[in-house]
Amino acid sequence: MSSPIPKQNLPWWLYLKMLPSPKNLRNHPDLILEAVEQALVRARDLESLHAFVTLLDERAHRQTAAVRDGLRRGEPLPLAGWLLAVKDNIAIQDVRLTCASKILENFTSRFTATAVERLEAAGAIVIGKTNLDEFAMGSSSENTIFGAVRNPVAPDRVAGGSSGGSAVAVAADIVHGSLGSDTGGSVRLPASFCGVCGLKPTYGRVSRYGLVAYGSSLDQIGAFAHTSQGLFDLLRVMAGRDARDSSSAHEPPPDSRNQFSAIKHSLRIGIPEEYYAHGLSADVETAVRSMISKLERHGHSIVSVSLPHTKYAIPVYYILATAEASSHLARFDGARYGFRSEQATELTDVYELTRGEGFGLEVQRRIMMGTFVLSAGYFDAYYRKAQQVRRRLLEDFSRAFSKVDVLLTPTSPTTTFRLGEKLDDPLTMYLSDVLTVPANLAGIPALSVPIGNDSQGLPIGLQIIGPHFAETMILQLGTEVEGLRDGVSS
Amino acid sequence: MTYELVIGLEIHAQLLTDTKAFCRCPNRYGEPPNTLTCPTCLGMPGALPVLNRNVVEQSALLALALNATIHPHSKFDRKNYFYPDLPKGYQISQFDEPFSSGGWQDVEGEWGMKRIRITRAHIEEDAGKSLHQDDGSTVVDMNRCGVPLVEIVTEPDFRSESEAAAFITAVRELLRYIRVCDGNMERGSLRCDVNISVRPLGQTALNERTEIKNLNSIRAVERGILCERERQIRIYESGGQVIRETLLWDEATEEIRPMRRKEGADDYRYFPEPDLVELTVSPEEIERYRDGLPELPNVRRKRYREQLHLHEEAVAVLSGDREQGDYFEALLRLGVDARTAAGWMQGEVRRALTSENRDMADFPLAPSALAELIQAVERSTISISVAKDVFRKMLTDGRSARAIIEAENLSQVSDESELRLIVERVLAENPDELAKYKSGKRNLMSFFMGQAMKATRGRANPNRLAELLQELLDTP
Repeated sequence: MSSPIPKQNLPWWLYLKMLPSPKNLRNHPDLILEAVEQALVRARDLESLHAFVTLLDERAHRQTAAVRDGLRRGEPLPLAGWLLAVKDNIAIQDVRLTCASKILENFTSRFTATAVERLEAAGAIVIGKTNLDEFAMGSSSENTIFGAVRNPVAPDRVAGGSSGGSAVAVAADIVHGSLGSDTGGSVRLPASFCGVCGLKPTYGRVSRYGLVAYGSSLDQIGAFAHTSQGLFDLLRVMAGRDARDSSSAHEPPPDSRNQFSAIKHSLRIGIPEEYYAHGLSADVETAVRSMISKLERHGHSIVSVSLPHTKYAIPVYYILATAEASSHLARFDGARYGFRSEQATELTDVYELTRGEGFGLEVQRRIMMGTFVLSAGYFDAYYRKAQQVRRRLLEDFSRAFSKVDVLLTPTSPTTTFRLGEKLDDPLTMYLSDVLTVPANLAGIPALSVPIGNDSQGLPIGLQIIGPHFAETMILQLGTEVEGLRDGVSS
Repeated sequence: MTYELVIGLEIHAQLLTDTKAFCRCPNRYGEPPNTLTCPTCLGMPGALPVLNRNVVEQSALLALALNATIHPHSKFDRKNYFYPDLPKGYQISQFDEPFSSGGWQDVEGEWGMKRIRITRAHIEEDAGKSLHQDDGSTVVDMNRCGVPLVEIVTEPDFRSESEAAAFITAVRELLRYIRVCDGNMERGSLRCDVNISVRPLGQTALNERTEIKNLNSIRAVERGILCERERQIRIYESGGQVIRETLLWDEATEEIRPMRRKEGADDYRYFPEPDLVELTVSPEEIERYRDGLPELPNVRRKRYREQLHLHEEAVAVLSGDREQGDYFEALLRLGVDARTAAGWMQGEVRRALTSENRDMADFPLAPSALAELIQAVERSTISISVAKDVFRKMLTDGRSARAIIEAENLSQVSDESELRLIVERVLAENPDELAKYKSGKRNLMSFFMGQAMKATRGRANPNRLAELLQELLDTP
């Protein structure tokens, strides 16, 4: 299984030694320890990418021994051989959980997230926690106390956000897969910018227990891997009802690996015109349209559809997500754990100084926005209205899915931008999510698959959106897209 | 000018579930601080709430007992505010779609019977406890965080402090009756906030109200209301205006003082709790809860009065205390006459409970055991005074009435020939008294009764004995 990043595009300082595939390692359990060692070394060698914030040498060694013993005992361990990284807003017991924020810089979690628990129980080994935009708020992975994440394809550019570190950990071949969280595109955008596959599952498909909330009604744990097949392998293990998360769905996990193969029948593929509007870069549009035509020649039918409320997605998202965030983040007040301002003496000071010093500017901006839209006198005009429009957006998708099986769009209107380029312009930064946010608002699954590079050699992502719980179908189509892409490039 | 009081109440009742509302921590009072906590009730990052279904069951019983309508769909909301004993920075509560609404509860008093309308009863979680130390610092105990509460909100239907007190008493009785709250105001498992305003008698519009918190007993509620009534009247009399504010009752000084709070701090920014799904209760579930509801105190009271014709004191005790009432009902089912049963409950049973300082729930005798004893009296096997002795013995050694009566040979002597022999002996042994009787001292009858009883160690059937004595004394 080859990396989708053409090797000639790797910067000179990237370590070239490839990680053996999970299958390879599973068949040679004695090699797992060496692979883990290499991954840790590689993560340190590539420290300047700022992908990792915590490396778990000792824990990974313990896990490795357990996996090796398990395999010897004949346990199934479907993910034995997988090396993983986990975004640092997902809890692992006795491991620090920073959310890339000063306010949690020295906080250690007392429990492990359900998704991580399930992956590890299936034999996967977590080697470290990855960098992100503080509390997952951002589209570039630059809002972090650990230094901006850099894109391995072009180190002067952003990795995309907010799960930038997890995207880079896979793109730079440090690990086979990684976990991110996607509230408005935080898995798909960095996947697209870094040239890897990234999946945001259906809302409720993967338990949120252990994911530090940004916008609970939108948050979903997602994953990165080099291939759609890899994402399917991870999803099968992570998905399914968890009694610790009330919003987790009763839908059973997707079927076994054996049944996963390229799609045999033809699909009706919808092209939502609103996603091909102004602001879309010519290179991106060309690449996406060329893939669409390949799919059509491959037997699928292409249908033009309309999602008329798309233009409201960004404002609706920034009202709802910030409203929820302003409440979730209230717990970080310096009273019980985490950072507390040393200047604070009075109770109100503890709150004001701790939160003023502990949160970064973007987080403070979103808390203020969210507090405002929930305030007496503004609630109806903002929050309630946004909820109404959210329902309209969902209806748009329901109508579209009555005509087509999936929707194809670019993941992002542009390829990766330069570090610092949009940092002082939050509105432009927010627009990076314009094509990914609607799937979160509707709670439906969406996948980003790399389909090539622009004229500067920067990766372009294709977004495949499906109806609720149609992960298997969109990942199958993703596999087909990968085949068409590699067939052409070879 | 004459003023009229207008009062509405908000009552918080802690439910008696085994675990907290949204996590599996035990719901217990009096444990060492911060020992009943977990990531969820401590608001640790990444932890999520999951509704304890027992909370729904107990809330449903309460809503039904208050004659309220349970809504098939309700939702949870977040009430946002900062305080050190509120670890998440918000309280999970219900705002615009409460669990139940539109109930009522009748209260009795010198005003007769009055129906108090209940606006709503909704589910929420309790906060932790801030403990202010002697050195001026404050520490927090999170054991109470996440304990389930039902908040009962009334319409402003009370016109006096006594009506309010009677309502709280009735609700407390109800809560204990259906076993969803222990009703302990001192410990705070039942808390009451009072909304109060005054207006000139005859005015229909409501004046501005204030809210009094920290009322830890029914007496405090009454005192607080009277105190605030005077304060508001003084303000109006001096031409001022009452402003809406929250006041605290100070138990030590019996004074109210304004709660120190920041201006504009009470915008709670309610919005739907995204970590919980909608709360649904099916019609079948509601029916099941309704079937599980016992006969309620008001209904029982009416029945005891109108059908069983018990006297008021017995009505009050047997309808007010579920355990005593149920015990009484069990005696009735075993065939004991209602007034006799009430007499035992009011007499020996109550004395036994008081002297041992016990609740009815811990009373050691099964209703059938007591019924056996009562029936022995009714069948004249033993006299009432012997029965009281047997009752005390049953309590101490646990034997049945029958076993005690047989082992100690206590059954009454009703046998005509045996009693006749005894009476003849008594008369023979007391010739002087007999002579006096014959000469007209008729009140010596009781002397002979006493002697005969003594001779039988109290076992003689008093009616038969009296008949025989009369017969033999009057024989010329």
